[in-house]
Amino acid sequence: MQDVRWNDPRTSRYLGKSVPRLDGPGKVTGAAKYTYDMVLPGMLHAKVLRCPHANARVASIDASAAQRMPGVHAVITDIAGAGRFAGQEIAAVAADTEEIARDAIRAIKVQWEVEPHVVSTRRGMRDERRVGRPREATRGQDPESLWSSAAAVIEEEYYCPVREHLSLETHGLVVQWQEPDRATVWLSTQAVHGSRGELAGALGIPQQNVEVICEVMGGGFGSKFGPGVEGRIAARLSKMTGRPVKLMLERYDEQVASGNAPDALMRVKAAMSADGRLIALDSKIWGTPGNGNNSGIPMPYIYNVPNFKTWQAGVSTNTGGARAWRAPDRPPASFLMESVVDELANKLGLDPMRVRQLNQNNQVRNRQLELGAQLIGWENRNKAPGSGTGRYRRGMGCALSEWGGGMGQPCNCDVKIGTDGSVYVGIGTQDLGTGTRTYVGTIVAEDFGLPLSRVKADIGRSSLPVAGGSGGSVTAASVAPAVKDASMKARARFLEVAAGLMNTSVADLEMRDAKVLSKSNPANSMTFDQVCAKLPPGGIQVSGTTLASLQQGGVAGAQFVEVEVDTWTGRIQPIKVVAVQDCGYVLNKLTAESQLIGGVIQGLCMALLEDRKMDEPTGRMLNPNMETYKVLGSLEVPEIVPVLYETHDKVAGIGEPAVIPTAAACVNAVYNATGVRLRTLPMTPKRWFEATETNQ
Amino acid sequence: MNNFDWVQPKTIAEAATAVKNGGVAMSGGIELLCLLKEHLIEPPSVVNLKSIPGMRSIDVAGSGLRIGALATTTDLAENSVVRNDFPGISQAAASIASPQIRNVGTVGGNLCQRPRCWYYRDPEVKCLKKGGQACYAVAGNNEYHAIMGGGPCHIVHPSDLGSAFLAYGATVVTNEREIPIQNFFVLPKDDIDHENSLRPAELVTGVTVPNDWKGARASFFKSKERESFDWALATALVLLKMNGSTVSDARVVLGGVAPIPWRSTEAENALKGKSIEDSVALAAGRAAVSRATPMSENRYKVPLTTNVVRIAVLQAAGLKAE
Ligand SMILES: Cc1cc2nc3c(=O)[nH]c(=O)nc-3n(C[C@H](O)[C@H](O)[C@H](O)COP(=O)(O)OP(=O)(O)OC[C@H]3O[C@@H](n4cnc5c(N)ncnc54)[C@H](O)[C@@H]3O)c2cc1C
Ligand code: SF4
Repeated sequence: MQDVRWNDPRTSRYLGKSVPRLDGPGKVTGAAKYTYDMVLPGMLHAKVLRCPHANARVASIDASAAQRMPGVHAVITDIAGAGRFAGQEIAAVAADTEEIARDAIRAIKVQWEVEPHVVSTRRGMRDERRVGRPREATRGQDPESLWSSAAAVIEEEYYCPVREHLSLETHGLVVQWQEPDRATVWLSTQAVHGSRGELAGALGIPQQNVEVICEVMGGGFGSKFGPGVEGRIAARLSKMTGRPVKLMLERYDEQVASGNAPDALMRVKAAMSADGRLIALDSKIWGTPGNGNNSGIPMPYIYNVPNFKTWQAGVSTNTGGARAWRAPDRPPASFLMESVVDELANKLGLDPMRVRQLNQNNQVRNRQLELGAQLIGWENRNKAPGSGTGRYRRGMGCALSEWGGGMGQPCNCDVKIGTDGSVYVGIGTQDLGTGTRTYVGTIVAEDFGLPLSRVKADIGRSSLPVAGGSGGSVTAASVAPAVKDASMKARARFLEVAAGLMNTSVADLEMRDAKVLSKSNPANSMTFDQVCAKLPPGGIQVSGTTLASLQQGGVAGAQFVEVEVDTWTGRIQPIKVVAVQDCGYVLNKLTAESQLIGGVIQGLCMALLEDRKMDEPTGRMLNPNMETYKVLGSLEVPEIVPVLYETHDKVAGIGEPAVIPTAAACVNAVYNATGVRLRTLPMTPKRWFEATETNQ
Repeated sequence: MNNFDWVQPKTIAEAATAVKNGGVAMSGGIELLCLLKEHLIEPPSVVNLKSIPGMRSIDVAGSGLRIGALATTTDLAENSVVRNDFPGISQAAASIASPQIRNVGTVGGNLCQRPRCWYYRDPEVKCLKKGGQACYAVAGNNEYHAIMGGGPCHIVHPSDLGSAFLAYGATVVTNEREIPIQNFFVLPKDDIDHENSLRPAELVTGVTVPNDWKGARASFFKSKERESFDWALATALVLLKMNGSTVSDARVVLGGVAPIPWRSTEAENALKGKSIEDSVALAAGRAAVSRATPMSENRYKVPLTTNVVRIAVLQAAGLKAE
């Protein structure tokens, strides 16, 4: 077969154009069925008893009262012998209704042996037993020897708090155990295939006997790769009772126990030469992954620093564990490095945007900076930061990003053409809300010259051909090339049949408007359906695999933010964000732009509001709800200009990178507006007044 | 939540009897649902006041306004008499929560809502207010707590309508008596368990607002962490009576800074006899916080409240607050 390439967007009908999501109408009308919506005959509801203490051993547990409650069908009390954070799963019940399950959980009596706890990074880092093995790196000379010769030096502390994923659909699943050894699981997940193993393990059956289904989901952001503790609990309860069991986390559960992004306390000393080149950097970073995995913030991220010494360590605390969070570790890396570069540039009176160009090599990013500057009107920024007067002050800032977003696990894909004219494409991926299902359909529709409505795009089930988890922005770059491969193979077979029927060569044929046409003789044509009717019995069935040549990772981005600061109340209102994102080949303009917009909004939430608050005295989370764990509402979302910056004709992943630089650009914009540097996120009125007391 | 009986009284007397028997009154039910869900209360019955007819109207009487306890926040925000003659009330009402909550939440429920303190709302924490030994906000995170009037409990009262009614000198009408609003809200040092002076089984039936401040220049300003629905960090309601260009009388009520809506006579005195300009507004703001005693994490509320008063004063005077 000849070289497969992506369709030319200048002549395409779907690819590169704005195509509304296939599942959009269902989501808006409520017809789409989320895991949350699943109701099966005989289904039981499960609830989880969580440890109320930040650190406590279970001395004894008495579930007899729960066991005796009418409507309770199963109780598990051996999930964990201790709670190492407030919220850890200890016991669970399955009952006829959610209400009975809740009452039953409350009826379980636990004797706790409470042990001392630490829930903050600042306290934990003082105890060396809680500090993990540091990662260190050095380059060039010892920074210590360079401070004195530099034109500008800063030495500061920055803090980025723990942030949550805050998926609107909480974690959860419905498990249907089928005797003797099978299970069907509706799971809100980023990995239908990848989740089978853990569920099969909990059920003690072969992985092949578990079907995981996720047709639509309400957000994951990195927190929903496996079924998790709650998944194993529901699986056990279903097997114990022989009935379907539904376990959806409550909002409290979700916020204390389903993952988060570690915080980052960063102490930095950095130096710049008079002409704006970074000379040296010495950084130390502490962050708590709770009881989860260590963090690894890349330093000095995208910048060329000839001499550096970096050090970072995880601090274990009695808090819910970290999980991957949209572009893991990059948003704090960006916040730190972009603040440092901005502070130094401003200290020297240099244009922060030009200084960025001087200190990093990526030419795409340097061009993106030029474009972004033009679109935001960079020349209108506050030339002397903080020079304005009056209550409201405006300013602009910028920041950069770098992300992978290439191929992950290679995928398989099936395309089938029926003799009845039906077209089917199936791949065991999942749509996190990014528009996966839609491009799976449009790729095939494009190749066959069919309206999208004629293609059945089937995803979200683990019985479909294998595809990897949706993380690291790899989905499009892994899935689309497999769909394309299968589509082109099916197309080749189809055209062979058509060429025979139409007495011409395959090369002479094209497909559009549900017809096959001879290029040399327009009178010679057949409808798509006529050709299908002549296909061999069973039609066409082909499989494709990810063609590495159709994707390329490594995406650069640049963002500019304009803000207005109400200096009397400390409220910061973003006015406009320009997000220039390296995208490669664009499959669907609408959903690609929507990824940039979504990333920017999440980045603004990080800049302005998001903050998991742990209480040291009680060891508990103070804001495990969406009332006090705040994200932007519609009134705070500014004008967002997404710019798809196509640098090559291969598919690249862009689900994550737009979230990376927004907060940093916002911080820099606030400085540009007011001359006040906020070094602690989020930038709430509290932080504003605290900074203006010491900083102005 | 626990299982409970559902009581649908036809009269306020029936409702009071049901409450006397351990029931809990429900108006909009928004706040009640929060309390029930977190097991902060476990009443044997819920008494639906909405089954009592005639408690939702907003009437103009010769002596002022009469607002039924079941009037919704939206009713209050949109009523044209309130808007024209008592604009501070409609502005405060319009600032509350989200349209959905305003459509359901009532005047009575708003005045009787419980504190939002995160320790109070955490079912696992037994603080002073819940019969425990300590106020956790003292050693813990008090960034949203009181800077005035606190101790031994340091909540801020969440009711924005309370501020508005206090400014206009309203009276809370119950099934038993009439309570001048300044006697309705109580400080924790006087009663740690309750935020108001209602007796057991005493129910709010309405609020009357006298004409004393009818038509006065008014501004309610609320500082929040986000513009889309949020609770106040600090609010100020300023009423001005003018004699030419000078202030003949003023009312300044702060919200979000004390366990009760907080009248600041210091700020009022700083305004009386003055003609309003920024320096006067700022002086009033400073006067308003002159007795503030911030806690470890809420020092920011002092300069913030200063400016919140400043903005409300300027706006009430019809000046640009910039
Ligand atoms: C997310 C959110 C944000 C909010 N933001 C704000 C805000 O910014 N500003 C603000 O002022 N409010 C705010 N509120 C409160 C809201 O506006 C309602 O006033 C409040 O929820 C109670 O109103 P309700 O009628 O639903 O009361 P209910 O829930 O019915 O009752 C609340 C309490 O008052 C008692 N009660 C009710 N009616 C009477 C009566 N007639 N006599 C005696 N006791 C009674 C009940 O027993 C219960 O204890 C917010 C609420 C929520 C949930
Ligand atoms: S402020 Fe009041 S409600 Fe909050 S912890 Fe202290 S005593 Fe309890």
